[in-house]
Amino acid sequence: MTKMAQLMQWIDDRFPLTKVWNEHLAEYYAPKNFNFWYFFGSLALLVLVNQILTGIWLTMNYNPSGEHAYASVEFIMRDVNWGWLLRYMHSTGASAFFVVVYLHMFRGLIYGSFRKPRELVWLFGMIIFVLLMAEAFMGYLLPWGNMSYWGAQVIINLFSAVPYVGDYLTEWIRGDFIISGATLNRFFALHVVALPIALLLMVFLHIVALHKVGSNNPDGIEIKKYKDENGIPLDGIPFHPYYTVKDIVGVAGFLFFFCLIIFFAPELNGFFLEPPNFTPADPLKTPAHIAPVWYFTPYYSILRAVPDQQLGVVAMAASLIVMFFLPWLDRSKVKSIRYKHWSFKVWLGLFVIAFFVLGYLGMKGPTPMRTLVAQIATVYYFVFFLGMPWWSTWGDTKPVPERVTH
Amino acid sequence: MSNDGVDSGKRRFLTLATSAVGVVGAGFVAVPFLGSWKPSAKAQAAGAPVEVPLDKLEEGQMVKVEWRGKPVFVVKRSETVVDALKNTTQELKDPESQNIEQQPEYVDGVTRSIRPDVIVLVGICTHLGCVPQHLKETEVDWGGGFFCPCHGSRFDLAGRVFAGVPASKNLQVPPYSYQGNNKIVIGVDEGAA
Repeated sequence: MTKMAQLMQWIDDRFPLTKVWNEHLAEYYAPKNFNFWYFFGSLALLVLVNQILTGIWLTMNYNPSGEHAYASVEFIMRDVNWGWLLRYMHSTGASAFFVVVYLHMFRGLIYGSFRKPRELVWLFGMIIFVLLMAEAFMGYLLPWGNMSYWGAQVIINLFSAVPYVGDYLTEWIRGDFIISGATLNRFFALHVVALPIALLLMVFLHIVALHKVGSNNPDGIEIKKYKDENGIPLDGIPFHPYYTVKDIVGVAGFLFFFCLIIFFAPELNGFFLEPPNFTPADPLKTPAHIAPVWYFTPYYSILRAVPDQQLGVVAMAASLIVMFFLPWLDRSKVKSIRYKHWSFKVWLGLFVIAFFVLGYLGMKGPTPMRTLVAQIATVYYFVFFLGMPWWSTWGDTKPVPERVTH
Repeated sequence: MSNDGVDSGKRRFLTLATSAVGVVGAGFVAVPFLGSWKPSAKAQAAGAPVEVPLDKLEEGQMVKVEWRGKPVFVVKRSETVVDALKNTTQELKDPESQNIEQQPEYVDGVTRSIRPDVIVLVGICTHLGCVPQHLKETEVDWGGGFFCPCHGSRFDLAGRVFAGVPASKNLQVPPYSYQGNNKIVIGVDEGAA
């Protein structure tokens, strides 16, 4: 035995290193027909690493207090060596996270990746999505700009809709009668310690659950049905090196756009960093137009579409909660869009339009016409999900192939 | 391991009892963690009363002061405005201030003030907490009042919410009282001083 093999043997006797490597990479057999849509899982992992790394470096110069937070961010931008780059990598990374996660979820939607036996993969993923929203929301308060301040004010006040204890609850969350340094400090603690730990744990569970049941694929069929004499799926290829190499291509493509934004348009015209956030937080002056960052706007539109405070909050919460039930809402005989009845494409297309319309309206100020459009889109959003048990059974499905196609 | 002679009922009881005590203990441990999120003594001490002199306030004008870190609006209303308050009840959600949490008991339900010419309001939209803009009766065609730019809620010059907007409650009237004829104190109840 070589020295290296001896060392590996020494470790393997004490820790299942080779076993873990094989189970999750070298002998994890993924369907060989993965396409473009399968880039976004590994990209989400890349962005997570980017956020953690740049986030740790930002905390080295950031000062989480009402008096100094805004100035410390300016200090990072102007005086800290490479501080501007670390901050733009982090702020652009936040938006990039949502881009890849939305595309990752859309992939699940079109190929039925959430369906039996992958319900827990979907549920863990949904928990990651909600944690990510909390993480992004709390992170947005930290620069202590005026949009940070008033955005947080609006979102925290959502909890005042809770009957009886609402006002007490918002005071408890803020730790003050208004949003103040106390709020900033606790959001900082949650943003840099509590939520990242929870996120990492959920990502771990998401992947463990996925590797237990195996990856879905664009045909929505199980590759474990046909195995060779060694028990290896005929349509499976080892994740490493085949998909690690494929994913590196995705990483290169992603980094092209990521760097383009970081270096040439880090604010992306107010989409990634909003203009009012370049003035310090002012408790006495609301920006003329409050809008959350783009990734929250669809849900924000749903909130505004309902002309009643409590029901608006309920509708917004329901728009997220309903997604958790997706594995039990889809009753189609087949998983993939490729073999579903053509009406699925209509339902899905309209859903994508409604989602974009809600997202667009959430960035704009309210007018009666816009509110009406938001209401129509909101109704469709819920009809899409809640009506799915019925409409997903409509029409004939196409015959599903026995083996994957590519 | 042999299970001979094991009293499984007793074992289950002990397991449950131990777990129950553990849960109660965890509940007690949670108290300091949850309680520490409440406003600190320092934050509570910052809520001192604020005095606002009225002698320089012209009709239709508004001053904005800070009380407990919140913006408080003080507006001087003309007689026409006060008279008009009684006629706009159709368009309002709560024209007579039935929701008793939104104002102290010593203010009038319609004018929502101690003296009809001066209205005092917490300048925080009851929808989601933005600061509404003050719009004079001469600037808009709906009688003037307060417009929240965040979600389009509208309130009249008594802080009463219009129907068909996201906010459901009238603007809050803070506790306040008169000190002489030309000064109000925000944070001290009428009759308390």
